[in-house]
Amino acid sequence: MKKIWKYRFYYYLALPGLIYFIIFHYVPMGGALIAFKDISPFDGLRGFFDAPWVGFKHFERFTSSVYFLDVIENTLIISGLKILFGFPAPIILALLLNEVLRMSLKRIMQTISYLPHFISWVVTAGMITALLATSGGLLTETINDFTGSNINFLGNKDYFVGILVTSHVWKTIGWSSIIYLAAMSSIDPALYESARIDGANRLQMAWHITLPSIMFVIVIMFLLEIGNLLEAGFEQILLLYSPSVYKVADIIDTFVYREGLLALKYSFAAAVGLFKAVIAFVLLYTANRLANRLGQTGLW
Amino acid sequence: MKSQYKTEIFYNYIIIGILLILTLSFLLPFIVVLSTSLISEAEWAARGGHVLYPKKISFVAYDILFGKSYVLFNAYQITFLRVTLGTFCNLLFTTTLAYALAQRDLPYRIPLTFFVFFTMVFNGGLIPQFLLVDFLNLRNTIFALFVPTLINGWYFLIMRNFFMNIPKDLIDAAIIDGASPVRILISVVLPLSMPVMATIGLFYAVYHWNEWFYASIYITDNELKPMQIILRGLLNQATMEGMENISFMEQPPPGASLRAALIIFSTVPILVVYPFIQRYFVKGIMIGGVKG
Repeated sequence: MKKIWKYRFYYYLALPGLIYFIIFHYVPMGGALIAFKDISPFDGLRGFFDAPWVGFKHFERFTSSVYFLDVIENTLIISGLKILFGFPAPIILALLLNEVLRMSLKRIMQTISYLPHFISWVVTAGMITALLATSGGLLTETINDFTGSNINFLGNKDYFVGILVTSHVWKTIGWSSIIYLAAMSSIDPALYESARIDGANRLQMAWHITLPSIMFVIVIMFLLEIGNLLEAGFEQILLLYSPSVYKVADIIDTFVYREGLLALKYSFAAAVGLFKAVIAFVLLYTANRLANRLGQTGLW
Repeated sequence: MKSQYKTEIFYNYIIIGILLILTLSFLLPFIVVLSTSLISEAEWAARGGHVLYPKKISFVAYDILFGKSYVLFNAYQITFLRVTLGTFCNLLFTTTLAYALAQRDLPYRIPLTFFVFFTMVFNGGLIPQFLLVDFLNLRNTIFALFVPTLINGWYFLIMRNFFMNIPKDLIDAAIIDGASPVRILISVVLPLSMPVMATIGLFYAVYHWNEWFYASIYITDNELKPMQIILRGLLNQATMEGMENISFMEQPPPGASLRAALIIFSTVPILVVYPFIQRYFVKGIMIGGVKG
């Protein structure tokens, strides 16, 4: 008790922040209980205590609905493809940049590669439309010139997921390469020296020295990606999709958004959201445990 | 020996060639948008979308943009207010909490840190969050734009790590000199923390500049809509989903060059600033990133 009194200044300092976490994080966790109730769209949380308990009604409605499999499948496919292409891409970029000998050139290329990271998804989506719009899109019109057919990229189920993955890689590749480049910069130059004496060429050195040296970082980053498997890119999809591609583009988050905030089925949408949060928690927890197992400090 | 030298040169060219193509692909969309914003509607129509560079530069789009300046000016102001006020409050609350929980001997430090950490792996979801903001009557206030995201868990951890690594000798020396905890914080810790404050502050500022989703669900009042929302409304109008019709331009959907001009207009501040601030970001990733 005396010790706490001694540290009172620090508790006062921490208090506003802790209150923030209670109100804006722990209260919504409690609020997620509306998933087991029937909340009226007019009352919102004001009607929380009066609303009747309905048990797992909303969860059962979700798991038995026609959307259930689609939404889960889309989330996993989009997220999985983003990992498949988006995860190795920054590693390759870092390996390439690492081979550039002229420092000034390397730095300029690095800076340009960060550019997409700083642009909002709204602007990115605007640029994607400028390239792919059915009429007047640079790419669409160019293809039209050669083939004479006008492709509706953003409204076509066959192309939509590809556009999501490509724009995801475009936006994240540069920024994600930072961590790998940092890891490469701490590799002992003596390793390369002795390899050179042994007659290794640069490709061999990249494969046998650089890559193994950053393997630990790669594994950690991969675990982090797996932990976030259910984050398939909410903002990006919300900005780009349309009813004609819902079949392949609707993910858990966009489904929750439409059901909850547009259709005002608060309790149902909260149930879907909670379903996702619980699975996400298991994934993140497992990923962190695995990282700890590797004998390091883990992700956090 | 000579042939090996030749392969080496060849190797360099291949690497640089691939990287140049990549670099160009990062820039190309920006070049297209910039060129589109710099031509007249007539030229755009005549060229049917094949605009890599402007043939004849025209500032018509920008003229129209500034002619309709009330909505734009207002949206810029809201974004500016959000960035300054939001970033200030973010930093204030993140720093105080991080500094307090960086005290190694603080009783209950571990459970309190876990209390924050837990919110990073589990959350109540979008709907309860939205209903809470609604319940607190924060909707359609500027506070809805930064209070619900006042402290970012990752940034909190980065700052806490930074504070924990400040050499203890410096603090001890100040204690021996009879400095109070407040004094130590203000005259010893804060001056040392400027780099991390700048980094985290910039993280928050870029977030506020670019954020649009929460603004779109919490703000329905046109007077309070930030830049990104106006932009989104305008870009949407011209494409498939006319979800919300922002009374911004006259009836016919705005032309390509006008849309491009608006994109440029809302992006230029970041484009100009980011090459100078990116090293802080890189530093931030290092401090916060994987140790080892």
